[in-house]
Amino acid sequence: MCLGIPAKITRIDASGQGTVDHLGTKVKVNFSLLENVRPGDWVIVHAGFAITRLNEEEAQETLTLLREITQAQGE
Amino acid sequence: MPGPMKELRDGSITRALLRKIRGKSSGLDRPVRIMEVCGTHTMAIHRYGLKTLLEEAGVDMISGPGCPVCITPNEVHEACIDLVTKRENFILASFGDMTRVPTGKGSLQTAVPAPSSRVKIVYSPDEALALAEANPAKEVVFFGVGFETTIPGIALTVKRAAEEVVPNFSVLTALWLIPPALRAILQAGESAVTGFLYPGHVSAIIGLEPYRFIAEEYRVPGAVAGFEPNDILLGISAVLDQITAGRPGVYLEYGRVVNPLGNPVAQAVMEEMLEPRDAFWRGLGRIPRSGLGLKEPYCAYDARAKHSLGLKEGSGDLPGCRCGEVLRGLISPPQCPLFGKKCGPDSPFGPCMVSFEGACFIYHKYARRKRSG
Amino acid sequence: MATTKENAVSLELGSGGKLMRDFVARHIVPAFRNPFLEDLGDASHLPMGIAFTTDSYVVDPIFFPGGDIGTLAVNGTVNDLVVSGALPQFLSLALILEEGLPWSDLEKILRSIKRAASRADVRVAGGDTKVVRRGQADKIYINTSGVGLTVARPRISLIRPGDRIILTGTLGEHSLAVMVAREEFGFESRVRSDCAPLNYLLPIWEMGALWMRDITRGGLATILSELAEKIPHALLIEEEKIPLSLAVRGASELLGIDPLYLACEGRAIIVAPQKKAGTMLSKIRKSPLGRRAAIIGRVDDRTGRPGELLLSTMTGGLRLLEPLTSELLPRIC
Repeated sequence: MCLGIPAKITRIDASGQGTVDHLGTKVKVNFSLLENVRPGDWVIVHAGFAITRLNEEEAQETLTLLREITQAQGE
Repeated sequence: MPGPMKELRDGSITRALLRKIRGKSSGLDRPVRIMEVCGTHTMAIHRYGLKTLLEEAGVDMISGPGCPVCITPNEVHEACIDLVTKRENFILASFGDMTRVPTGKGSLQTAVPAPSSRVKIVYSPDEALALAEANPAKEVVFFGVGFETTIPGIALTVKRAAEEVVPNFSVLTALWLIPPALRAILQAGESAVTGFLYPGHVSAIIGLEPYRFIAEEYRVPGAVAGFEPNDILLGISAVLDQITAGRPGVYLEYGRVVNPLGNPVAQAVMEEMLEPRDAFWRGLGRIPRSGLGLKEPYCAYDARAKHSLGLKEGSGDLPGCRCGEVLRGLISPPQCPLFGKKCGPDSPFGPCMVSFEGACFIYHKYARRKRSG
Repeated sequence: MATTKENAVSLELGSGGKLMRDFVARHIVPAFRNPFLEDLGDASHLPMGIAFTTDSYVVDPIFFPGGDIGTLAVNGTVNDLVVSGALPQFLSLALILEEGLPWSDLEKILRSIKRAASRADVRVAGGDTKVVRRGQADKIYINTSGVGLTVARPRISLIRPGDRIILTGTLGEHSLAVMVAREEFGFESRVRSDCAPLNYLLPIWEMGALWMRDITRGGLATILSELAEKIPHALLIEEEKIPLSLAVRGASELLGIDPLYLACEGRAIIVAPQKKAGTMLSKIRKSPLGRRAAIIGRVDDRTGRPGELLLSTMTGGLRLLEPLTSELLPRIC
């Protein structure tokens, strides 16, 4: 029940509406559930609403964790 | 954004994670049964073929009640169908997922609308409101179904309708809360769930606190996980660590999306516009304060009242249906005597077969296969 | 438990899914029983060395990025002939026009038909025009019937384990282009319909192709599931080998749509004998329309049960694919 895709904000207007881009496809999104978001930020989009912003640091940590798993097993 | 994040789907990492999981599960003296709460997790687990791979690694995945199509009562679906087949100049706007659900009156998809009425599939509640604004001569009812991920967006749309005074718009709400459902499952006692995989995007809204009671009162471990294959496996691995250490908690795997406090703006919107109600979950029965309804001054946008729908929820499912036990993780789909015989995707008896994410539907469609060669 | 109230025709019946197949099986075939019909191929091979097919086009909207109802009306029928083993020769063109249809729209569509016919090397040999009162049709409906010369026959009974499945290009662009034109779901995309004639595949019949079908309503998964049901083997395809354009990937991920079920109008599936698949693929790739062709799977007897279509996922798992039973929907879940 949680289909949400990470996408990059391309446009926000004053009313909190705008668009995001995912692999070249753009979709209309409502940003009213988030504060201080700007074009260029990455957000999770669900049913036409941006529900949260992507945290780059945390993303890096997860990726490092995953890479270490194969290294630890000598792959 | 750190690029395409291929590691989340990397096959060699998947295999390594599965090996780790097997190592951990084989060291335990009890079978490992983890309930993935969210229908989207159930889908992902099957779509990537993880269910069989996890079984081979010693972990049984049980599908939980996080499937809004599955748990919305039959009467609510039928009320939508009635709106568009028996009334003129109505537009029933709905998410796609909901329109397939078969009822005694057919589905929204196969229903033949009254002249001048129709069903419109929308991707967002905003689209439904725009439809009302563009069609002032029609009465637009939005079938607003969802869990905490979807609820804030639906609420915001009602707010905008109220602010802009859109008189021909209302929402037939079917809003569900996850933590009370989990409590009901645990209270019933019998489910033998040894760990939870918590929904990633619901958690982005509500944060981690609402799951604390599961670790503290019921001593059941859990992890909030993302939806890529390696997210899911990392989450499961973390649950196994908690079991091994005897220290149940709420582990956050999906930190790149979930803030431990959730989304405060979304929570405030829900608080402002909605109030908890007892709700009847198809297959699970009545669960106290597990649903939400519109508060004043937004009740004018509540379709049940506006259109005098007279809904009596909980009039019961078909006899013989054992979805309740499937939703609690007590039996697996093939253990239901109706599965694959009287009950199938084209003629579902109960909620678990009805939705694309229903445990029985998924089991039937994506049946397990071992990869050989 | 009934899923449809069957006292009136529902839109669902026309969607190309199970309801339609059941309708044809239960109402059409028994009423008109004869050996030419019962094959239920895309075109029928008649005794005189002629192949014959018909199709009606009611697409809404009538214009979309990369084509219009006219382009579809020609290519759809031409392709049904090609994948049945026939060299397309002539089309009939029947138009049902709604009173009030702008003349400029009609002219545009006729020009498209002319261009498409020329590209597909067919001639419009006859036709008909009707006009109905405003409101009694949706702008324009077109029926084209096509006649071709039989050059080959599909030989399903010769399909063996190890035979390869070739997909001639990327999936789903036509479906997506139509969604964009309908302005559905608030999304924008630069996608263009893949609508195109498949004449370039005719030499592949001569090279020994066993079976072909163009991927229309229901998408790749539906076409291949239907094939699987007709043979005593399973089919196994690999997720990673399936070519997808960025536009379709992006839109399908955003909207929660499975590209394996998206319709195309210029893509085909070919079953090739194992030893010839490589050369066939090279030949297909020489054509501009076949640049992204790929061998995506094979006929299998180890992994699955007869009649099954299986997908090997990118993570090494296996998934059973079934025909589309209902209209493709964007999901929130």
